[in-house]
Amino acid sequence: MKNVGSRFIIFALILTNARDAFADDIAGQASIWFDRATLPTLILSVICIAIVVYAIRASKSGRGITIREIPGLAAVEEAVGRATEMGSPMLFTPGWGGDIQRPTTIASMNILSTVAEKAAEYDCRLIYPTHDPVIMAVAQEVVKESCYKAGYPDRYRPDDIFYISSSQFGYAAAVDGYISRTKPASVFLLGTFEAESLILAETANSIGAMQIAGTDSTIQLAFFIVACDYTLIGEELFAASGYLSRNPAILSSVRAQDIIKILIVLFVIIAMAWATIDPLSTWWKF
Amino acid sequence: MKQRLPVIICFLAGAIMFLQYFSPHPVARSVYSAILDYWQIIFAFTLLVGVAAYVKSNLKQISRGQDIPYRLVAIAGIILMPILAIIGGIKIDSPFLWVFENVIAPMQATVFSLLAFFVASASFRGFRARNLQASILLGTALIVLVGRVPIADMISEYFPKLTFWIQNYPSMSARRAILIGIGLGSMTTAFRVILGIERTYLKGE
Repeated sequence: MKNVGSRFIIFALILTNARDAFADDIAGQASIWFDRATLPTLILSVICIAIVVYAIRASKSGRGITIREIPGLAAVEEAVGRATEMGSPMLFTPGWGGDIQRPTTIASMNILSTVAEKAAEYDCRLIYPTHDPVIMAVAQEVVKESCYKAGYPDRYRPDDIFYISSSQFGYAAAVDGYISRTKPASVFLLGTFEAESLILAETANSIGAMQIAGTDSTIQLAFFIVACDYTLIGEELFAASGYLSRNPAILSSVRAQDIIKILIVLFVIIAMAWATIDPLSTWWKF
Repeated sequence: MKQRLPVIICFLAGAIMFLQYFSPHPVARSVYSAILDYWQIIFAFTLLVGVAAYVKSNLKQISRGQDIPYRLVAIAGIILMPILAIIGGIKIDSPFLWVFENVIAPMQATVFSLLAFFVASASFRGFRARNLQASILLGTALIVLVGRVPIADMISEYFPKLTFWIQNYPSMSARRAILIGIGLGSMTTAFRVILGIERTYLKGE
């Protein structure tokens, strides 16, 4: 750091391995296998894993797990029934913001599986436009399997699950076009949404479609709450798999989530009290 | 084995990605970067599959006589852009960039601008004072809207302060509660996939 007049100029020397632009301090870390700065994350991760594993093992003892009613998921049957009665298709889209490794996308696949199974049962058309070709491939497999599970493999329509565009507003415009032209009776907006959320939700609202939405973005959740009939808020989207399948192992991981949440609340209360009693305490800093 | 192998691969990939986060060692870094490279390769191949499926689906709809003008524009766009890029490159003053800047970018801006109208129509519905809770929401929204513009200072010096208090305390605490739920939900979903409990992505499950 150099003081030039009243300005400070900071020089930084960054060593790279010619591949990763941010591979700084490589020489100093050559022989280090564990980064001490990540120790709190590791401890918390191990605690969380232990709680999840404990909850799953405890579920094998046979004690039933009750889960509160989630209106958005309870309405799935109603949405499929509505589309069947009206003779209109359903539209399911996972949003533009996520790819297949994102937990939100995986959670939306779990709901897609149930929706597709019911759609096959009632012989209702399900349209699935997406912005990501990998999601398209996985969704095709999920829907195909759901049709087999329902006992109607011939009702699988691969052309209805398709890739549109990786461009955000190209995707939004195309899905809007599909909603306006095919006039689906029910629209499922479940996944990772960004600025396109309200464009899609309002278009579906304008044609009178029943809408079930859910995302992990708190900003887009506000739009969905206003524009959609049912919104899965926060963890409700991730609990969908257990709620719909009633699989004890999955339900017990939802219980583990609640246990961790109680621990977090306790930790926050203790930390708050500690910070009030001794605001200058620094023993916890790594 | 047909079912077990993908679960084993998923577990190993998940465990490696989890463990590499804690290690700054060059081996861990190179494993991470290799996995990301492979992800890009897989994506590129699936993109070809996606585009092929898109063209096939559009051609089928044209042969059935459904939405012909839209389908033709879609196919023309998907064929024209790569051809322009191959012939003229993608540098400044190339036909590809001209089409991008003068056709695609304005079209995207047009779709984005629709958001302003949709926000207005959604707010109109959302802020209707039907009951006490909706009235509180309406009042809070009005305070925040007015408090964020310069005229708020002229009305009262407390207006902007009240706005920031609403945003930083009641609003932020509700948002953080949702974010904690989302974080925990994401984490347990990831564990379920890594441990092979959640197998929706697998055929036959």
